[in-house]
Amino acid sequence: MKKWLKENWEGYLFLTPWLIGLLVFTIIPILTSLYLSFTRYNILTTPEFIGVDNYFRMLSDKDFIQSLKVTFKFVFLSVPLRMSFALLIAMLLNRKIRGLRFYRAVYYVPSLLGGSVAISILWRQLFNREGLLNQFLSIFKIEGLNWIATPSTALYTLIILLVWQFGSSMLIFLAALKQVPEDLYDAAKIDGASKLRQFTNITLPMITPMVLFNLIMTMINAFQSFTPAFIISNGTGGPVGSTLLYSLYLYKRGFTFFEMGYASALAWILLILIAIFTAIIFWTSGKWVYYEG
Amino acid sequence: MKIKKYINEKLFIHIFIILFGFIMIYPLLWMLSSSFKPSQEIFNSISFFPQDFTLENYFIGWEGISGYTFRIFFTNSFIITFAVVIGTLISSSMAAFAFSKLDFAFKNVFFVIMLGTLMLPYHVKLIPQYILFNYLGWINTFLPLTVPRFFAVHGFFVFLLVQYMRTIPNEIMESAEIDGANTLQIYWSLIMPLSVPALITSGILTFIWTWNDFFTQLIYLNNVTKFTVSVALRMFVDATSGSSWGAMFSMSILSLTPLFIIFIFFQRYIIQGITAGSVKG
Repeated sequence: MKKWLKENWEGYLFLTPWLIGLLVFTIIPILTSLYLSFTRYNILTTPEFIGVDNYFRMLSDKDFIQSLKVTFKFVFLSVPLRMSFALLIAMLLNRKIRGLRFYRAVYYVPSLLGGSVAISILWRQLFNREGLLNQFLSIFKIEGLNWIATPSTALYTLIILLVWQFGSSMLIFLAALKQVPEDLYDAAKIDGASKLRQFTNITLPMITPMVLFNLIMTMINAFQSFTPAFIISNGTGGPVGSTLLYSLYLYKRGFTFFEMGYASALAWILLILIAIFTAIIFWTSGKWVYYEG
Repeated sequence: MKIKKYINEKLFIHIFIILFGFIMIYPLLWMLSSSFKPSQEIFNSISFFPQDFTLENYFIGWEGISGYTFRIFFTNSFIITFAVVIGTLISSSMAAFAFSKLDFAFKNVFFVIMLGTLMLPYHVKLIPQYILFNYLGWINTFLPLTVPRFFAVHGFFVFLLVQYMRTIPNEIMESAEIDGANTLQIYWSLIMPLSVPALITSGILTFIWTWNDFFTQLIYLNNVTKFTVSVALRMFVDATSGSSWGAMFSMSILSLTPLFIIFIFFQRYIIQGITAGSVKG
């Protein structure tokens, strides 16, 4: 025991802050929220064990189902769109053009600022009745809707916002593209491969590990999106629940109604959903991801 | 003929990149220009440049909410953000040093766990954390927002620093050991100075993410005096009378300015930080 301590104490010494953090702020909370998901709890009185009632309640909770629909639509539209733009622009910028650094900065700035309340506020003013988009449309004598107050369009303003922030994904793809060895392209040119062939048979396969990584992280983040939905709908998730992203619904249940048991159950369902989709992406990745060597 | 096609293609790409980039940036430019227009003009005239250039929005906006000016909100944001940056750098670098340079039992297990936390949604930790902080009486203080960061709860920065520290040759450490340095000295006087670029990147990214943070600030800060810029800005949205739009824009621009300044000066570090660890080597 003493020997073990002597050989390991330094590592553990430096690891201590992280270990404490892991225990106190991650592991214990996760286990506690699992327990709470089987209770009714409003933080003022003690938790009351109610078994799987919370989970059954979800099945008939219209708002829950609505938030699922909205969140799925949001994630599965915005993530592929965002990745596509990121890849497209990265491809275009992946050449020796003058002003590359400037263009790269321009496309990245939305990503830098995009998570802020300020940008969500801007977005409200872009898409409301007197907003910038409608001002622009009025030039062509088109009268625009109040995009953020119309149930069929409100979610798309959120989707556009997420896609607008593709700059960080673009940076990652740019770095990945740079790592594709030049000699692969040279060999292909000698063999007479067209530019398109080069793209599909060299470029795409070589960056697929990066695409996979980026795809998963972007998807996980998209599932947790909160600020834009909150600000643009002013906390309501409206109109008529069309912007009720999952995080927003969880926040409502947990922090405006203080139904913390139910909110904990919602949190665990989210965790399970994310895990499932991540697993699906991983399992199908074998078909399209190419690993060297 | 081939050269002409080549030039055309390059030109077309250039034009597309410039045009598309302009469209992307335009909303920001519009908000900037609108902040200098009187509120009535913002939504009534299409012209980009203010016809009636004015700074009044900035003065009105600064007045803030119910007598609390934005000086308080900016101060709060800065305090929290700086505390978080310091806490993150210290705790993450310690853990990264352990993972990358020291050997101990279960190291790989813990490393995998650390990677796992990167993908964990915050919701499953949120409510018990709130209960804990409530029990400690920390609600409506800065403590829930800052204290956890001294315990490296955001594994991303540990990961980023590990990747960087791994590139520091072990021989440097070994020769320091031969010279009689103990591990603490090696960490503080050798590895940390050599890791400055990664530390800067981590600090910058931490600053940006904390400055923009809204959700945790929303649930833990209930009193106007404690509000950060994010939470205070949200209050503007509630008061949606036309006259406050200019003030809303001006304070929004102000809130984005620190981020923008950081970006101008530290662009290189930000970009390295985002691509680090996601690209091999």
